[in-house]
Amino acid sequence: MSSEVINTKRAKQAAAGPYGKVGHALNELDDRLGVAKGGRTFLDKIFPDHWSFMLGEIALYSFVVLLATGVFLTLYYIPSTALTTYHGSYLPLDGQRVTEAYASSVNLSFAVRAGLLMRQMHHWACDIFIGAIVVHMARVFFTGAFRKPRELNWTIGTTLMILAIVNGFLGYSLPDDLVSGTGIRIAYSIILSIPVVGSYLGFLVFGGNFPGTMVIPRFFILHVLIVPALILGLVGAHLFLLVRQKHTQFPGKGRTENNVVGTPMFPVFMAKTTGFLLIVAGVTALLGAFAQINPIWQFGPYEASRISYAVQPDWYMGFLDGALRIWPSWSFHSFGYTIPLEVTVPAVILPGILFNIAYVWPAFERKLTKDFAMHNLLDRPSNRPKRTAAGVAVLALLSMLFIASSTDVIANFFHLPLNQVLWGMRILVILSPFVAYPVTWKICQELRVVEGGGKRKTTNVVTRTAEGEYVATAAPVYVDDVHSELEASEVPTFIVDETDKETGPGTRTVDR
Amino acid sequence: MSEHDESRTPVALSGLAANDPHLQPAARNPQLVERVIAMCFLVGIILVIGFGACYWVNAKPWTLGATMGGGLFFLGVGLVAWGKYLMPRGPFVEERHTLANSESDRNAFAAAIVERGGTVIKRRKMLGGLLGGGLGIFGVVAIFPLIRSLGPLPKSTLFHTDWRPGSFAVDITGRRVHKGDLAVGSIVTVYPEGFQDTDNGQAVDQTVLIRISNQDFTTQKGRESWGPAGYIAYSKLCTHLGCPVGLYEQQLQLLVCPCHQSMFNATNGAVPNFGPAPRPLPQLPLYIDADGYIRAQKDYGQPVGPGFWERS
Repeated sequence: MSSEVINTKRAKQAAAGPYGKVGHALNELDDRLGVAKGGRTFLDKIFPDHWSFMLGEIALYSFVVLLATGVFLTLYYIPSTALTTYHGSYLPLDGQRVTEAYASSVNLSFAVRAGLLMRQMHHWACDIFIGAIVVHMARVFFTGAFRKPRELNWTIGTTLMILAIVNGFLGYSLPDDLVSGTGIRIAYSIILSIPVVGSYLGFLVFGGNFPGTMVIPRFFILHVLIVPALILGLVGAHLFLLVRQKHTQFPGKGRTENNVVGTPMFPVFMAKTTGFLLIVAGVTALLGAFAQINPIWQFGPYEASRISYAVQPDWYMGFLDGALRIWPSWSFHSFGYTIPLEVTVPAVILPGILFNIAYVWPAFERKLTKDFAMHNLLDRPSNRPKRTAAGVAVLALLSMLFIASSTDVIANFFHLPLNQVLWGMRILVILSPFVAYPVTWKICQELRVVEGGGKRKTTNVVTRTAEGEYVATAAPVYVDDVHSELEASEVPTFIVDETDKETGPGTRTVDR
Repeated sequence: MSEHDESRTPVALSGLAANDPHLQPAARNPQLVERVIAMCFLVGIILVIGFGACYWVNAKPWTLGATMGGGLFFLGVGLVAWGKYLMPRGPFVEERHTLANSESDRNAFAAAIVERGGTVIKRRKMLGGLLGGGLGIFGVVAIFPLIRSLGPLPKSTLFHTDWRPGSFAVDITGRRVHKGDLAVGSIVTVYPEGFQDTDNGQAVDQTVLIRISNQDFTTQKGRESWGPAGYIAYSKLCTHLGCPVGLYEQQLQLLVCPCHQSMFNATNGAVPNFGPAPRPLPQLPLYIDADGYIRAQKDYGQPVGPGFWERS
């Protein structure tokens, strides 16, 4: 090739091919990795549009924020229970004997630039992370997205939720402040309550009797390496399965079990989702800036013989704390052994049952409905009254247990006797699922028989004629409203008898 | 309407003409939307620069968060709006291909595992057994040092504290408590002398000392000598979950655990009368020596704190 030819701009372009330098680089890449075909398929991957599909994204992106802010915190945090005298910029604590863990947590809040912001963002991101997981899980449950072929991804997701709660608790414990130290004490007592192996387990985890010597270093390595590595791996598997099995979608115009309708990965979804990552990070930073969370310098360092009033754990532990409060003091003693049922039942058996229900639900529902078909179209929750009612019942139970975790605060705030609040919460906790189930079931039944119930409502335009008569006509459907055609998929007969729909009590038809 | 309907029907992404309505932006007025997005980006850029400036001058933490959060938020909103309003509106459709393979592919896969693998192993049962046994034994043997190294065995640790016959009761600073120190109705947390600074002393030996009366006080039958001069002592570890029973309701003479509101009646041997705690707080027998110092007659005689399996 002679120098005159490549000297002109046009000739350079021609030599590089129709797609210029980018095309050239991609060709080089394809020569070595063979990515062109699969890459194009990936860029063309269709993502269905629905706001509820964003809930999982909130979880994913708050995890990104957690990793970024967490790396920052590890640079300044010292995982040690060695005692030191605090001489930092927070004067009320000056001269106090505190652990290195506590001193470094206070120091990174006050002496490190942006340290307090990073710590508060980390804590907020954790609360958002677990919240988003729970809401995302509820969406998947109520729309039936866990059905075949996605049972494995439901299992991975449930495991992720448990790991997120565990890691949240571990991280909450690390500053070694008065409140979190009390939380560790309670966790130790819960381990101790496990029949037969409890005391051995407690001694192995804590390196001896509470508080032991190893809690903070061990919780640290679990919190920053082992559990996050598990979460990261499972998130990878979760997303791989999502790409491999493609998204579910709500029924609607042009949507079938055998296609996906929506926007392509590149550039539309990529722009939206990257923007959403920035929004999640931005909102977390705003919360970190304006909403104080976990002010450990006010709680003071942990000392085993000190305690504070109104000690509450982070929100995701609330249901456990509530259960511990309202469960009666039934301890079991026999043959020289003790089963501390007052702890074992609410803190070990109850979460065990709840998490196991989540794990076995897809198999349970398959067995119950004998529905072994592949499902890519989502259910409207009201079309599956029993499933929806079961889900609402569990959520009602968890909400009541959560509220029960602040019996003392409620009694104080409303000037009620604590005994009344306690018994009120006991009754509410037991009643709530039994009330929630039939009420939800009934609402679903009613919704299913409302004409046009599956469709987006349109405005009625009222016009007055010259004679003074008023006429109401339905406005045309907004053309971009893809869900206006959202027709409910047919309810299989194994869920509801068709005759039941015509003659069932409370059946009514609304003319539209 | 019909033209609209057609443009709203999902189509496949590949092979569309450049002027296809599906590739047009969703916005009705793209110029306006573009300007709004540009404003979002500009505000975002200004705030991000502000974040840099705030960091540079070490401004208050909330300014850092406000500028960074605001900046990221506006950049994100602009980018989402760009994707939603100015990029191809679609909707596009993609066919799903069944994940399941053909019958012959499945059979070939199963055959490879069952026939090829199975026969090889079946023919050499002894080798398979030995290898499996060896790895299995290693697994079991490896678990023991791995787990056992994590901590000591409980042995009798949970059954006693550092209180010994004659232990002086000292406060957190190590000062011995004298019989003249407490007024009736006041309390102090005490430890066996020499253990007030240790982890175990803080976590296990902690004891709440109450001056409940002016005269010798008997909480229960058989404890007639345990409360000299109205001084009585209970383990401070709640029998529910081991929180310190840190509140003393003076008028009702109740010890209250703030964690889950268990209440113990100090006058009758700390029997719980409210809340989830299943057992009374163990009482420490006291005596007052010739110099007037409060001392322990002996250890608690039962495990303190929450329940566990080996506890009788």
